[in-house]
Amino acid sequence: MPLTAENISLHISGFNLLRDVSMHVEAGTVTAIVGPNGAGKSSLLKVLTGEITATIGKVSLNHRHLAAWALEDRAKMLAVLPQHTALSFPFTANEVVALGRIPHQTGKQKDELIVADALKAVDASYLQKRFYTQMSGGEKQRVQLARVLAQIWQPTELGDQFLVLDEPTSAFDLSHQKLTLEIVRGLAEQGTGVVMVLHDLNLAARCADNLVVFDSGAIAAQGSPEEVLTEKLISQVFGVKSIIAKHPVTQKPLVIT
Amino acid sequence: MRRFSAPFVIAVLALSLPLVVMFAMGTGTVNIAIADIWRAVLNLLFADSPSNQINTILFDIRLPRILLALCLGAILAISGAVMQGLFRNPLADPYLIGVSGGASVGASIVIVMAGSWIQGTAALGLSAVAAGAFTGGFIATILVYRLATSELGTSVTTMLLAGIAIGAIAGALNSLLSYFADNDMLRQISLWQMGNLSTANWPRVAMVALVAVLLVGLFPRDSRALNALLLGESEARHLGIDVQRVKRRLIILTALGIGTSVAVAGMVGFVGLVVPHAIRLLIGPDHRWLLPGSALAGAILLILADSLARVVVTPTELPTGIITALLGAPFFVVLLIQRRREV
Repeated sequence: MPLTAENISLHISGFNLLRDVSMHVEAGTVTAIVGPNGAGKSSLLKVLTGEITATIGKVSLNHRHLAAWALEDRAKMLAVLPQHTALSFPFTANEVVALGRIPHQTGKQKDELIVADALKAVDASYLQKRFYTQMSGGEKQRVQLARVLAQIWQPTELGDQFLVLDEPTSAFDLSHQKLTLEIVRGLAEQGTGVVMVLHDLNLAARCADNLVVFDSGAIAAQGSPEEVLTEKLISQVFGVKSIIAKHPVTQKPLVIT
Repeated sequence: MRRFSAPFVIAVLALSLPLVVMFAMGTGTVNIAIADIWRAVLNLLFADSPSNQINTILFDIRLPRILLALCLGAILAISGAVMQGLFRNPLADPYLIGVSGGASVGASIVIVMAGSWIQGTAALGLSAVAAGAFTGGFIATILVYRLATSELGTSVTTMLLAGIAIGAIAGALNSLLSYFADNDMLRQISLWQMGNLSTANWPRVAMVALVAVLLVGLFPRDSRALNALLLGESEARHLGIDVQRVKRRLIILTALGIGTSVAVAGMVGFVGLVVPHAIRLLIGPDHRWLLPGSALAGAILLILADSLARVVVTPTELPTGIITALLGAPFFVVLLIQRRREV
């Protein structure tokens, strides 16, 4: 069962932020959204997660209108990691990740296990008792990632689960970028649908089943990375000359600029 | 900073509270030994003791005042903790951001408008003043919240500036009302600017106790929602929290708490800032522990501050608000310095 957006348009104070955008995220697949700054990627994520209501069009989760789900049920199926989270209170990493268990009633012991597992998954077990306010940018981002992972750690009988990530790797070093992509692929194999905004085209090409290229509020192209990433499209959308090669190991498209 | 176990800290506070009450009963212009207090309590409970001087001091003067301090301290501290969670900002204090100021304007308007009628009917009059204070505090909270919060959190600067603006309006209105007020009203109004518990009597205690029980009973139900709100409003929504409803409920309840406390005792500042801060340092920001811990510690702190106010210049006494401000303002300055270092 999918997370879908149909014919979304979004007008805010005279600006057309999104124009007739349609998108379909199947459970068990990874969708990457790329595009220049200000193309409307974040706006689309906000519409897709119910934070903003579209002016025209509708969003549905598991074949039901997004707004029709009870908030708590929705939270069991849809976890969202925003680009920035300003948390100015000295929670420990354990406590931050435990916030991801709020929609569930699984009991303290089970939650503690899930919190520990989620922190381990993002290579942050050593942060457990450290204060969030004293962590580096990359550490904070990993703890937040663990929080949304903990939110959808177990399947729910309500429907398929989805994870929405807004630039999850922006503060990460190479090894943690790679780790994030592995986590995302692993989730997809277990049946979770993942949508993420990425800036790095090569990262996107490497892990996405479906690549959506955004340009000034509309979708310029969508499909498999092989179909979508062409020299013509990149110069059209990003205004940059490039060469598309093949990754020697993964055989995925490799954008060289 | 190492943390202590939250149940341990709360148990210590809960056990200290009765001791502090006993201590405060014995402290004052006339010092009364613990043994004499016990004897008086037992006499009152089991024997028809003739009303003597010690009984009058203990049960007609000190006890209502101590209970008033207990309830007000709990209300102010728990409201402060909730407000800081709501604003996602550890510096949000009802006094500093103008909520108390708004409440005092509301109260002053009622006193001047309904002057003579209030003096006639004490309990009803006090309720009317409290209603005025509640309305003023409610409007001020919403105003500051609208001004200071955005998608990226709450701006400390805007929040404090909004507090200054509301404080200025409150000050001007209060001066205006004082200008037209007669002597008796003037005394009542100036009471608010200082914060004073000396008007304690049993009807007031009953009213404040009712509100304290209401807040201490209702706030903890939103502990998890408050924890989620610390991440941000949209993050809380994605965790399944009905943010609008929780926010509305918390704003109404904090305004009720601050309004009642202002109506009864005036502007007792900084309890809502100092207490949650200290508790957070000890046991962390989890509201499931922070709220009960703050209520207990607030009660203890205000009883002690009020005892101090009663003895520091014997045979007369100071308004309690002066003591809390003298303790709290330097604390606030230290917090500001720390913040500067962090940025």
